[in-house]
Amino acid sequence: MKVVVDLSSCDLHGLCVEAAPEVFEIADDGALRLLNETPPDDLRAKVDKAVRECPTGAISIIE
Amino acid sequence: MAQAIRRVTIVGASLAGLRAAETLRRHGYDGALTLIGDERHRPYDRPPLSKQLLLGTWTPEQTFFRQKDGYEPLALDLRLGVPATSLDLRGRRVTLADGTWADYDRLIIATGARVRTLPGIAPRPGLLVLRTLDDAVALREALTTATRVAVVGMGFIGLEVAAACRSRGVGVVAIESLPVPLAPIVGPTLGETLLAMHADHGVEVRTGVTVTGIYGEPRVAGVALSDGSRVDADVVVVGIGVVPNTEWLESSGLPLDNGVVCNGSGEAAPGVYAAGDVARMANVWYGEAPRIEHWTNAVEQGVHVAEQMLGSADAAPSFSSVPYFWSDQYDRKIQFVGRARPHDEMVVVDGSTAERRLTALYRRGDRVVACLTVNQPRALIKYRKLLASHPSWDTALSDISAT
Repeated sequence: MKVVVDLSSCDLHGLCVEAAPEVFEIADDGALRLLNETPPDDLRAKVDKAVRECPTGAISIIE
Repeated sequence: MAQAIRRVTIVGASLAGLRAAETLRRHGYDGALTLIGDERHRPYDRPPLSKQLLLGTWTPEQTFFRQKDGYEPLALDLRLGVPATSLDLRGRRVTLADGTWADYDRLIIATGARVRTLPGIAPRPGLLVLRTLDDAVALREALTTATRVAVVGMGFIGLEVAAACRSRGVGVVAIESLPVPLAPIVGPTLGETLLAMHADHGVEVRTGVTVTGIYGEPRVAGVALSDGSRVDADVVVVGIGVVPNTEWLESSGLPLDNGVVCNGSGEAAPGVYAAGDVARMANVWYGEAPRIEHWTNAVEQGVHVAEQMLGSADAAPSFSSVPYFWSDQYDRKIQFVGRARPHDEMVVVDGSTAERRLTALYRRGDRVVACLTVNQPRALIKYRKLLASHPSWDTALSDISAT
């Protein structure tokens, strides 16, 4: 899977960081950073959780 | 058990209901799935209504969770614009206002809540509320010609409406019955801070007074207050809370008490679940079964009941969640996680009320029970994670010094 974040709609709620810390982090400059754009399939459930919990719908998965 | 489920009906087509439907399909449920909504719109997102939509930066279409073709993969029987009117538990049937019905072998109740209105005040032009997309569109339209808006109730919705009005250059008088708005939720000190922020943006603030009447016939002309004064306004927006939509369940026999009372699986009766604003779901973290009206809660409970129903491997044994909400007002993002009670001690641990950029922790005994941030999203993320384990005060403070 490929993960895409629309940084213009990211509102820094950070729920994705909790759901999938292997994939998302808030960097030192305060912006969201994608640690792994193509996470392995065993992280699928975590990334799905990040997608559905994002209050601004900023995260999508491209198969 | 999962194989036995062939017909799931979800009543309520907002966030909790939609997330429940999505979760059922994601876990492979391939039986009939009916989603019933009382509004004519496709499911839409509420937080932008009092923010981007009122400000005019978003169109109504931008609030839809999915566009029309986005529903095809969910294979729903989507019935919009038709409220449910009763539930027959024994016959496993939901009856709808148009005389049709939906049978089920599992039911999810996600009918949400509706606005509370001023008692004894008849509806009239210019007297508005904000809960639905239609409400927001009507309010936005009214703001294009309004010169002075009276906002009744300085809860988070009222404050966001006030902020949107000021950002559009519309005059605002904000009226609140408490001496300090939001004091029961954020405490008196930070309630004062929010109040001062609005005053600095030109909101005329009237606290410690209630509305005794509305002037103007047929159109609103102002508000009468309990101190005998009168506030002139060409638009009045009432934001005094919501009540759960449970009337349609009254004859069903389900346990109702300020919402549908359910256990940690979200079950209110065998095979009948509730989620979102209408639900009072037992919450391990919280220690009781609160009714919570936050966005994140609707997502978590919608997912939870779907996974419980299917007996999914991902399913947590019992619902446990730290409540979280946010509010955008002017250039400030206010975020709150946990649960503070009126007598909890509040300590600003970073920033200050003067700069209106801060992190505050709430303390009960030696435990941290909640965190509020203003424009400090990273701190909020840190404390949301920490709060899940009911941290001690010392643990939380050492966590600060460690970063």
